[in-house]
Amino acid sequence: MSSLSFRIQNLSKAYFITRAQSGKKAARYKTLQQEILSIPRKISARLQRQESDVRETVWALKNISFDVHSGEAIAIIGRNGAGKSTLLKILSRITDPTEGRAEVYGRVGSLLEVGTGFHPELTGRENIFLNGAIIGMMRSEIARKLDAIIAFAEVEQYIDTPVKFFSSGMYVRLAFAVAAHLEPEILIVDEVLAVGDAQFQKKCLGKMGDVASQGRTVLFVTHNMSVAAQLCSRGILLNKGHKICDGPIQEVVDTYMRTTANENITEKTFHPSRRSAAQFTRFCLRNRQGKQTRIFKNSEEIIFEVEYEVSAAISDDHIGLILERADGLTVIKSVDDDDGLVLPTNREPGKYITTVRFPGNLLNEGVYQFRFVIGKRRGVKHDDQLGFAFEVEDWTNYSDSSAGKRNGVLLKPLKWNETRIENSQLKMSS
Amino acid sequence: MDFEEKKIRSNPKPLFLIEPQRKFSLGLRDLWIYRDLLFILAERDIKLRYKQTILGIAWVILQPLVTAIIFTIVFGNFARMPSEGLPYILFVFAGLLPWNLFSSSLSRAGGSLVSNAGLISKIYFPRLLVPIASVGAILVDFAVAFAVTMILMVYFGIPFTWRLAALPYFLLITLLTSMGVSLLISALSVYYRDFMYALPFLIQAWTYASPVVYSMSIIPEQWRWAVSINPAIGFIEGFRWSLLGSQGLTREMFLISTISAIVFFVFGLIVFRRVERGFADVI
Repeated sequence: MSSLSFRIQNLSKAYFITRAQSGKKAARYKTLQQEILSIPRKISARLQRQESDVRETVWALKNISFDVHSGEAIAIIGRNGAGKSTLLKILSRITDPTEGRAEVYGRVGSLLEVGTGFHPELTGRENIFLNGAIIGMMRSEIARKLDAIIAFAEVEQYIDTPVKFFSSGMYVRLAFAVAAHLEPEILIVDEVLAVGDAQFQKKCLGKMGDVASQGRTVLFVTHNMSVAAQLCSRGILLNKGHKICDGPIQEVVDTYMRTTANENITEKTFHPSRRSAAQFTRFCLRNRQGKQTRIFKNSEEIIFEVEYEVSAAISDDHIGLILERADGLTVIKSVDDDDGLVLPTNREPGKYITTVRFPGNLLNEGVYQFRFVIGKRRGVKHDDQLGFAFEVEDWTNYSDSSAGKRNGVLLKPLKWNETRIENSQLKMSS
Repeated sequence: MDFEEKKIRSNPKPLFLIEPQRKFSLGLRDLWIYRDLLFILAERDIKLRYKQTILGIAWVILQPLVTAIIFTIVFGNFARMPSEGLPYILFVFAGLLPWNLFSSSLSRAGGSLVSNAGLISKIYFPRLLVPIASVGAILVDFAVAFAVTMILMVYFGIPFTWRLAALPYFLLITLLTSMGVSLLISALSVYYRDFMYALPFLIQAWTYASPVVYSMSIIPEQWRWAVSINPAIGFIEGFRWSLLGSQGLTREMFLISTISAIVFFVFGLIVFRRVERGFADVI
């Protein structure tokens, strides 16, 4: 019987959202003037011990309980807003739970974002020490592993250059290299693998696999089902703060894919929080007739439609579409100027609507996900939002497979050709 | 050894517990575990401060020196403030020594949590380290300014006396007060940014309320007791007394600043630890 790493009992986390009391729908943004004018009302309400605003309680996490034994690699999966990140934040002690408790047996290293604490003005070497200390390493420990970290990151020549001159790839590699050389008993990782090139991702996965095989515990949050299945033996599925299931990874992934496919939405809206210059407000999918839908025939064209708001003029920014199969495999990435530029890259404040057409007779049947990103080609993202799942149905009629279906990402009739180049009867006789 | 190990395994105690509203503790164990981070954060502050400047580290000397020269011209030459018979520039410089330590602690450490919001919302480490490291980085400036004071003292022929032995005590008082007020302001400005905006005014008002550019002798006798309530007076006059042998320090000032240093430090620490758990949710 292996020893315990975590014992999590009825863990819950509530956030309080305040909303103005007045019957009218509260304006999303308050002007400074409104804020100032509302001060006397707030003060008088407080003096009279009345709540001037309604406090709404939102449970980001509700009654989560599970045990983790050392050596287990667990994937926490679920849609956006399922509570995955909140759970990791509580377990890595960044924020407090509202109810419940967790017993932690061992040193925890958490990687909620690579490169936390990196400072652009400091050199690579200085940042290794800074970042290492922040994630809980001693200076002597870092010094001992310095060469290994630099080699792993493949940045030998640039190690004494300020990281502001690093490419984004080098930056991420260095950040992950530091984290990978932390040797905690429990490693908590939040989708850091979404970055870096394919080869480096492979290296990172390998490193995480090593951690798990050395008898240490890995808790891994991801959207990517194939990575989850590859790396973890056990999965926990969260939805709206509740634990939906907990068991062997394949079962959990299957449940996730089934629940994702069952959601019957054909559009998704977002409430811009005005923190960035450009933000998405709505995604939807249409067929060629312009009808909103989430189910397409294999032969049908799929039209991705995205609406967004620009609050401050942006320049040299692009919108990108990422299409993924439900298991996380990337089908295609596309950027708005791929076909030789039609769209302006400088956008004045206002509302925009953009469409992307994905041709019919190309995708195989299955459940797909999409995501839109807006930002600089290599750098600052203004916004990045996951869309929703949609289905492609196979209406072709190939009769070769016993199940009636073919697997593969693509389903496209290809051009075949054949010529008889030798007469075999001649051979037989000779 | 084997027996020990078995005992641990059969009766495992968690390394730590995650619970809402933990009982009050200073978290000293975590501070010890993360002690290296304190030095690395302070080092970062120092390294970053004068990056991309031409004069670089010379700013450390220039800043207090130029301030002292301006004060000397304005208050010493034009306003003819009394300086207890000491060269006015030295009089001001000795006062600026603890005062700058105090005021730059406030302005740097006060906003330190908010400016490190990225760290705080992404990773756990004892949050106390952030303001403490900012104050630590300012100690380097203090050390340089202290060396300049020594040079000025030699230049003006002020004798070094046994009173210098009391200097570490006044430095401690300055540090405790700085730390206490900084902890309060940094923690509260996570919740209400108003504190950050009010801070420059607070520092300015406090500068003129303290005998940095003037000597206590210009304050009418019957009002001195009221002025002595200012906790900064004790350490400013304390520095002047131990460096220059000035006579401004009274027993009341000494007591008030000692007590208030302890009160500020303890109160700041308690408030900080109390509100610390919610930082990541609101920052």
